[in-house]
Amino acid sequence: MCTTCGCGSGETRVEGEAHDHDHAHAFKPLLGQGQLHYGLAHRQAPGMSQGRMVRIEQDILAKNNSYAAANRRCFADRGIFALNLVSSPGSGKTTLLVRTILALKGGLPLAVIEGDQQTSQDAERIRTTGAQAVQINTGRGCHLDAHMVGHAMEKLELPDAGVLMIENVGNLVCPAAFDLGEAHKVAILSVTEGEDKPIKYPDMFAAASLMLLNKCDLLPYLDFDVDQAIAYARCINPRLEVIRTSATSGEGMDDWLAWIMRGAATARGQGATGRG
Amino acid sequence: MHEMSLAEGVLQLIEDAARDQGFNSVRTVWLEIGQMSSVEPEAMRFCFDAVTRDSIAEGAILEIIDTPGTGWCMACALTVPMQARYDPCPRCGSYQVQATGGTEMRVKELEVD
Repeated sequence: MCTTCGCGSGETRVEGEAHDHDHAHAFKPLLGQGQLHYGLAHRQAPGMSQGRMVRIEQDILAKNNSYAAANRRCFADRGIFALNLVSSPGSGKTTLLVRTILALKGGLPLAVIEGDQQTSQDAERIRTTGAQAVQINTGRGCHLDAHMVGHAMEKLELPDAGVLMIENVGNLVCPAAFDLGEAHKVAILSVTEGEDKPIKYPDMFAAASLMLLNKCDLLPYLDFDVDQAIAYARCINPRLEVIRTSATSGEGMDDWLAWIMRGAATARGQGATGRG
Repeated sequence: MHEMSLAEGVLQLIEDAARDQGFNSVRTVWLEIGQMSSVEPEAMRFCFDAVTRDSIAEGAILEIIDTPGTGWCMACALTVPMQARYDPCPRCGSYQVQATGGTEMRVKELEVD
């Protein structure tokens, strides 16, 4: 565990990063190895008398949200369009990402942050395209948080006026709650999964702006009801955009790339205004 | 099991408050957990106990206030009650309902010494 900032209690590691960072921390960590750091004496509660009431009224995710806000400010200042790609394991995220990077190559600066529990295989796959990628291993963690992403951003040459793809840990539950500072969450649902996934895992589809219905080349061999899947997803999130994609046949890639280019153009415009 | 991270978030808020307001132990923690938030109250209790061990909040009682879900029905142009994100509007049956309340997860109040 990083005892400087308490980042990723346990086994979280950012690829290439030793735990000796010297950057400024927005808050002082209090816990390390089950110990308090700030030296308050721990004392027994006296008797049964009424304790003092302290109003807090703060979101449990306040810390994460403050890191997310810092990441978002950085993206805005530099005109970066950041996407948080979320799905179950095995939805074809990385393959789709590789294809997307190859299609965008030369058009837009791009970098990737990869999240997995273990191994840097995905980052290595991304690097074979020539794109910059940094791997975060979450160890026992089930999701990326904004603080980990902030650390990973320090390891990248950020793609000014371009695109940052953050591939979250394959998990349709936990990443929904954690804002990373992205412009949008993009949920990837593959047609080899059930069409009822959106209603089984509603939080993720509620949090996403776009759903990519992936592996559509396999539809002829499957009993997957596309209209029903989209209807379920829109029960959860009436504003959800949907694109049918296949990294294998290339179906839907033009629409997906156009969606990215539109977002990137907007982010670039805002960055330019901010800088101007 | 993101409740573990959330429980750590609760503890951080408590420890920040302890530093700012000078208290040394916590008797009770009140959380406000919306019916449509991504927190499972039982998992939160389990993780809270684990995370607060050897901390200023060790042994504190966790009180969870359940706040009801509400949504905005685009068809009715009204706020309507909602139990789950996939619920239709109870008035018109439409699924064009956007969750507006009951998604929060907040530390509301502490009883401290």
